[in-house]
Amino acid sequence: MRDITYTAALREALFEEMEIDESVFLIGEDIADFGGVFGVTKNLLQKFGRKRVCQTPISEGAIIGAAVGAAMTGLRPVAELMYVDFILFAMDQTVNQAAKLRYMSGGTVKVPVVIRAQQGCGTCEAAQHSQQLEAWFMHTPGLKVVIPSNPYDAKGLLKTAIRDDNPVIFLEHRMLYSARQQVPDDTWTIPFGRAEIKKSGKDITVVATSLCVHKALEVAKDNHFDIEVIDPRTLVPLDIDTIAESVVKTGRLLVVHESIAQCGVGAEIIRLITEQYFKAFKTAPKVLGGAYVPMPFAKVLEENAVPQKRDIIETINNMMKE
Amino acid sequence: MIPIEKKIDILRIMYLIREFEIASRNIFKAHLAKGEFLGALHNCDGQEAVAASIGAILRKDDYVFTTFRGHGHSIAKGAEPKKMMAELLGKKTGYSKGRGGSMHMFDPSIGLMGGNGVVGGGLTLAVGAALSAQYRCSDQVSVCFFGDGAAAIGAFHEAINLASLWKLPVIFLCENNLWAATTPIKFGCPIENISERAKGYNCVGKSIDGNDVYTVYETFLSAVDRGRNGNGPSLIECKTYRHHPHCMVIPEHRPKDEKQMWLQRDPIPKFEKVLQNENILSNHQQEKIRNEIKKIIAEAIKFAEDSPLPTVDTLYDYIWA
Repeated sequence: MRDITYTAALREALFEEMEIDESVFLIGEDIADFGGVFGVTKNLLQKFGRKRVCQTPISEGAIIGAAVGAAMTGLRPVAELMYVDFILFAMDQTVNQAAKLRYMSGGTVKVPVVIRAQQGCGTCEAAQHSQQLEAWFMHTPGLKVVIPSNPYDAKGLLKTAIRDDNPVIFLEHRMLYSARQQVPDDTWTIPFGRAEIKKSGKDITVVATSLCVHKALEVAKDNHFDIEVIDPRTLVPLDIDTIAESVVKTGRLLVVHESIAQCGVGAEIIRLITEQYFKAFKTAPKVLGGAYVPMPFAKVLEENAVPQKRDIIETINNMMKE
Repeated sequence: MIPIEKKIDILRIMYLIREFEIASRNIFKAHLAKGEFLGALHNCDGQEAVAASIGAILRKDDYVFTTFRGHGHSIAKGAEPKKMMAELLGKKTGYSKGRGGSMHMFDPSIGLMGGNGVVGGGLTLAVGAALSAQYRCSDQVSVCFFGDGAAAIGAFHEAINLASLWKLPVIFLCENNLWAATTPIKFGCPIENISERAKGYNCVGKSIDGNDVYTVYETFLSAVDRGRNGNGPSLIECKTYRHHPHCMVIPEHRPKDEKQMWLQRDPIPKFEKVLQNENILSNHQQEKIRNEIKKIIAEAIKFAEDSPLPTVDTLYDYIWA
């Protein structure tokens, strides 16, 4: 076993897949000489050269469009967006093109593209650098959505994403880049659509994503209730069976994420569970998500715009009273 | 010089495109009369010289990204009229198995990378295909058809800028038919020739008569050579005119005299006259080709009408690879 960061895990995945498969290449802003603004692609230029580490001008539409066009014609591009907020420049390429080309072509076109994007809050970067947009992509048929919460998952899921023949939106939380974890010495992949039960428990099911997995686990560790914590890891495909099984056991469901609650990930998970397992509930299911507000700058406001540990504790206490 | 057989081929493709468009309109109207709406139909009658000349130059493995007005480009790239007609009717045997319709005909096996319903939607994708060709050290070129309307979108700038920076083998082929839906070019473009913009990207730009086969052929040939030889992209503007409004649901709104003037410059009789003057095309031969084309179209219609619709249990097929 060895200790690596989330950033190093992502870099290892890119490195290994680029070594195995000549058709894998990187495209994005600041990714070559500087190694990416968050350092994920550091030293990959030295190893693979400019042909495979394509540094672009600030042209998100062209980055994603070129990646999609290259994917349609036999390559496996991994595009990097510095902030997910900037994918809004490339929503045509992502939503109108990448997601739909296979279907519109009756299955004749294949689009094996990975779009890696950094997202999250916690660094006071305000409304245009702090969005978490996984729900938007879940709403679009044809996009897989991956949201790793730790180094082990980051590496294993990114390798799977690169090998997948479909467009994959890969969302990295910027507060997780420095997260460390013991991982195996050899390499691994993680299949999509398999949630992980991070901690088992019998009183309440807490489904959490990305950074909130850590908040939920910390709460679960010191809590007098026996909390089960599930990390779905991929939102499309979503392992609803693992969540359902847990809810049938606990009778209580809380979904926690930083992305906005309105029309969000939690709302969808609760829809899916409620439609089929309504009778399993001992109490109303609940979502703790981001507030319906553009992310504010001031620390005190930012902190209160996303669920914190105290909110999770309070909500669990209330749900356990019922 | 264009070989004689190639000239006849170009004329044949022009006939085929025109007849396909006439037939598609008739089918659309017949269905409409029964209360069935066959989506949007954007015909390209009047613009055949561009598609046919370019089709005569491209190799099978070159890429074409077309638009919602893409029947002509698809035919010129080698698409089969019967599978196109079946797609128009949403049949299982159509190019996209009833998932695409008129705007989305794909056949990657002949380099037809699809019609795009979004104005300018193919611009950045074509850059990606060219990047892929360069990456694989093939000498394929990637052609992106778009209209004068698309020259106003942001992706136009991003696509040409990146293609020129990286010397990618893309031919940006603007068919300027003077109208973006119902908006005349003067309300959408402050310069006379869209190709002048090439200068801003340090690439080659040319504006030409898009209704003249030889001009389109020669200009496009040199752009393809530039691409294949690693000398980067070209921006070619073909001035042309569609004989019908933007799509079937929009009534004719363009000035009568303007339309009349362009009908007199119809590329088909124009090219017939050129070939007759060169003694390449006899009346008899012309008639023979026309009849062959009529037969192909009749067979395509029959194939499409006889084909089954997709079954409902296949609704979710083809979302994922």
